[in-house]
Amino acid sequence: MAYGEKVIDHYENPRNVGTFGTQKEIKESKEIGVGLVGAPECGDVMQLQIKVNDDTGVIEDAKFKCFGCGSAIASSSLATEWLKGKSIDEGLEIKNTEIVEELSLPPVKIHCSVLAEDAIKAAISDYKTKHSQN
Amino acid sequence: MGVTLPMYLDYAATTPCDPRVVEAMMPYFTETFGNPGSRNHSYGWDAEHGIKTARQQVADLIGADSKEVIFTSGSTESNNIAIKGAANMYAKKPAGETGRGHIITAIHEHKAVLDPCKRMEKEGFDVTYLEPDSDGLITREMVEGAVRDDTILVTIMWANNELGTINEIPEIGEMCHDKGIVFHTDATQWVGKMPTNVKTDNIDLLSLSGHKLYGPKGVGALYVRRRKPRIRLTAIQEGGGQERGFRSGTLNVTGIVGLGKACELCAQSMDDERERLLKLRNELESKIESALDVVQVNGARDRRLANITNISFGFVEGESLMMAIKEIAVSSGSACTSASLEPSYVLKALGVGDDLAHSSLRISMGRWTTPEQLEYAGDKIIEAVKKLRELSPLYDMHNEGIDISKIEWAAH
Ligand SMILES: Cc1ncc(COP(=O)(O)O)c(C=O)c1O
Ligand code: FES
Repeated sequence: MAYGEKVIDHYENPRNVGTFGTQKEIKESKEIGVGLVGAPECGDVMQLQIKVNDDTGVIEDAKFKCFGCGSAIASSSLATEWLKGKSIDEGLEIKNTEIVEELSLPPVKIHCSVLAEDAIKAAISDYKTKHSQN
Repeated sequence: MGVTLPMYLDYAATTPCDPRVVEAMMPYFTETFGNPGSRNHSYGWDAEHGIKTARQQVADLIGADSKEVIFTSGSTESNNIAIKGAANMYAKKPAGETGRGHIITAIHEHKAVLDPCKRMEKEGFDVTYLEPDSDGLITREMVEGAVRDDTILVTIMWANNELGTINEIPEIGEMCHDKGIVFHTDATQWVGKMPTNVKTDNIDLLSLSGHKLYGPKGVGALYVRRRKPRIRLTAIQEGGGQERGFRSGTLNVTGIVGLGKACELCAQSMDDERERLLKLRNELESKIESALDVVQVNGARDRRLANITNISFGFVEGESLMMAIKEIAVSSGSACTSASLEPSYVLKALGVGDDLAHSSLRISMGRWTTPEQLEYAGDKIIEAVKKLRELSPLYDMHNEGIDISKIEWAAH
């Protein structure tokens, strides 16, 4: 499998790797939204976390971890870059096709970008649910 | 440390030709170019002389009589001739009917055995696909347990190409001979590395390939036993009647001469080579196992070829692992399947979970593998797995004591 330059760059120097705490701490924190998507059987799991400023609704920080191919790692790394500084509504507008274009992903790798879009949606919806609860 | 990149650690996929093999072949392209079938001039005689020498060299490596060696284009063809040829020859009923006889093989054989078996299934034979234990081995007991009154053929590989595991071949052969069943073994990975004697190892049909033992590609051989019992085969390829009628077609003289030379060289060096590689392989495995947790060496550890290791790394994904060590040529699964994202069917047969099967590497060494290379490769692999685990949400969960199999994943 030959990879594009941008995929290799994100793969070798992934941006914003990490987590804002243990699974338990994150679950309890109101300012953090988590998206955990995929399944180990198909070889890919993506975890995306956003830290949102409650007053402004702006995503101040984002982190990811990914068990998946180079394209999945690159897609999630790129997603964290794009999310930072956006409002949660703007975040929801990120489309997997934009990721495909930015990273020049071949057709067999499109599902890796879909995974990133799903992770963004899941993280934002997690944040929203936490807030509608009080 | 003196290593050059890329580095080749995929000798089970194919080996480079030994320069001494190439040298032996050269004159047969240009000077001694005759057709060995030409019986009435010296061009033919000279080519025939080269074939005769090669036939003896191959026979000597496996303890056969030179008359029992049939040259083919490689193991795939040898397997096809053996399996289809024996099934059709020893069939209980004529073509077109069902219940023509029973064949025993194993689910983790090479495709070059499985697909001919599937073909025979379509043509009216019953096939039993034995399942190995978690150590990957096929034993005499397993085969004996599957034998029926109408079993005509057993085909079990000697050493597995993905794991290096060694099946109970002499024992299975003995059982087959007691019961009058024809016994074929795909010995592609075995021959040239391990001492072989088709007579005392009770083998009727044996496949071997030039490009796995430092010979050229596109040439191989099939051993066909001539005495006790004399094995007959229905030919697939018909024509000029070369190779005792088992395999018509003008002989690939250069390739055959190369195969012969390669066999001779293997016979000279295999014992030292095996000891050397065993030491290197074991050092690599202990290095990796002491540096990383959740790693698994696949297949029976004490019944393996010295030059192969197959290791699974928990919580890292295979394709990204291959990407991280891209200047080291290894294989994930077998060479013919590594283009797809499917985990290896061989590892599945051992009950290795999809997650571990997805992140396994087959590292195979050979004649030009140095300690420095393995030192480098081991360091690189360890570094890559550590890096990918930093990225892996599954490794975090594992460390937090979360049971990954119990998580409900949002579908994607
Ligand atoms: C066990 C086994 N059988 C058969 C083959 C096919 O051999 P060849 O490439 O000579 O047709 C291989 C090599 O890929 C092998 O490892
Ligand atoms: S994550 Fe499935 S292939 Fe990229």
